[in-house]
Amino acid sequence: MTTTDQVPDAPPVRGESVPWLRRALQLNEVWTFGILVLLVAFFSIAAPGKFFTTYDLTQIAVNAAIYLVLGVGMTYVIITAGIDLSIGSVLVLSAVAAAEYNIHHGGATSSWGTVAVCIVIAIVVGTAWGAFQGALVATGKIPSLIVTLGGLGAALGLAEIATGGQDPANAVSVHLQNSLGYGKLLGIPWLVIMAAVVTLVFGLILATTRFGTYTYAIGSNPAATRRAGISVGRHLIKVYALMGLMAGLGAVMWLASYGTTSIAGHSTDNLKVITAVVLGGTSLFGGRGSVLGTVIGVFIPAVLATGLIIIGVQQYWQDVAVGAVLVAAVYIDQLRRQRRDRG
Amino acid sequence: MAPSTPLLTANGVTKRFGHVQALQGADFAAYAGEVVALIGDNGAGKSTLVNVLSGTMRPDSGHIELDGRPVSFTGPSDAQRHGLETVYQDLSLAPDLDPATNLYLGREIFRGGLLRPLHVLDRPAMRRSAATAFAELGIELRDMTVPVAALSGGQRQSVAVARAVAFARKVIFMDEPTAALGVVQRGRVLDTVRRVRDRGVCVVLISHNMPEVLAVADRVEVLRLGRRVASFQAADTSIDELVGAMTGALDDKEAS
Repeated sequence: MTTTDQVPDAPPVRGESVPWLRRALQLNEVWTFGILVLLVAFFSIAAPGKFFTTYDLTQIAVNAAIYLVLGVGMTYVIITAGIDLSIGSVLVLSAVAAAEYNIHHGGATSSWGTVAVCIVIAIVVGTAWGAFQGALVATGKIPSLIVTLGGLGAALGLAEIATGGQDPANAVSVHLQNSLGYGKLLGIPWLVIMAAVVTLVFGLILATTRFGTYTYAIGSNPAATRRAGISVGRHLIKVYALMGLMAGLGAVMWLASYGTTSIAGHSTDNLKVITAVVLGGTSLFGGRGSVLGTVIGVFIPAVLATGLIIIGVQQYWQDVAVGAVLVAAVYIDQLRRQRRDRG
Repeated sequence: MAPSTPLLTANGVTKRFGHVQALQGADFAAYAGEVVALIGDNGAGKSTLVNVLSGTMRPDSGHIELDGRPVSFTGPSDAQRHGLETVYQDLSLAPDLDPATNLYLGREIFRGGLLRPLHVLDRPAMRRSAATAFAELGIELRDMTVPVAALSGGQRQSVAVARAVAFARKVIFMDEPTAALGVVQRGRVLDTVRRVRDRGVCVVLISHNMPEVLAVADRVEVLRLGRRVASFQAADTSIDELVGAMTGALDDKEAS
């Protein structure tokens, strides 16, 4: 689950002594990765032989898989200096749309054909919803915070209208659950493989392609990007559609993993994912960040949650710890930004 | 020194913003290989005229001709395709991106082969040719990988100028390029302006600084209340005369 993100916004290097070390220490990813390593080391020592087992690592990765996929989309959105609060609701709406089709086409024992259609439905619903929100953001008249806050309510409302507010039975085919949900390849769960592939592909797109560069440019200076002949609005629509696509994929992964739509279970997805992205060093002010950072940011809360359970501390301390680390991370980002920006 | 047929002309350009008539039939002419200064008091319409000429704004009426052919730019990128570049007063750089990426923003160089359809950037090639572009202007950037925000004001200015120079085939508009600079950097920008002119590109310089205008410009066009009120050869005029034209004290000097 590593990407070869070459961060185009590597902070300045002026020292001549051990330049690669100085350069590394100025990358956000290095610091957050250090925190992650410390956490893993701490839990490994505190609970010898318990934490660092295949089971726990696999469990951590499975728990993180969906948030990782959502986090990849959120990284793009936040780099454009936007935000998407609607992801949990869009995930639920996509899941409900797919579930409704499944219920009427074979239920729990539906065929592989139905499974394929359900996957397409979830992805199309998520992408379309995201693109629509992106089009509203692209008008420049409504901040993304408000567009997606409206989307958060509307998407969840539509999902509740379609289901009467109850998670429908027979929502998922056993084929989907037994393959993507519980299946493994060489001992690695398919959910984790899927999240890894999505992360790698979109991490590389962000770091190496024109699409990625425009994403950074828009977050950095939208007016300059427009003057450079780039259609900022069209790019924003694509970025929010990508976020929607990720919510649709997340819906498929959720259905496969849990076998239910969990309509009421996604109200804090947005905060969890935004926290992970920001922990990973992506700036809420736009222009800076990376998918590699988000990977680390997703794993910090995941490692904390598992580790605290293993050493017998109430896992709710995780929320306290993550909250404190998040505020500290943004504070440090601000300090470094001020030091970097001259004049 | 200027050839007889102008490279870029504007005739009777008008532009209104709500109740403000920013341009009321403004004329303008620029010749290849010259530095022409566009001066005027605040609100005279200098920036609006440059925005119209560089494709950033659409005029309400009037004609613009490039190389004797009428043109109507649909946007800044359309003007860029015609060989016109602009150095904006705010420099129009993405502070989080490195100098090479800024230089090539919207005109990226891609890797060939199988990666071509994916639009994967050829960063080494972009850095190399950006370094060449900077070197041609006598600019030395120690590290091509730092974000523009980490550069000094003068260096940032250089990146913006180098971008315009690298792609301009005909005209470069510079909106107050020295306003935020110290004395040394100011001199360097003016050297750059002369060097660009010597390559046959026309430089349209907007400035408030009269000594600077007389030092670097070949010709001076004066705007007042949305119209061109005078046009001087820089060698034959003085600061008093320019100020007089700007403020309307010298209406008898009216040209065009």
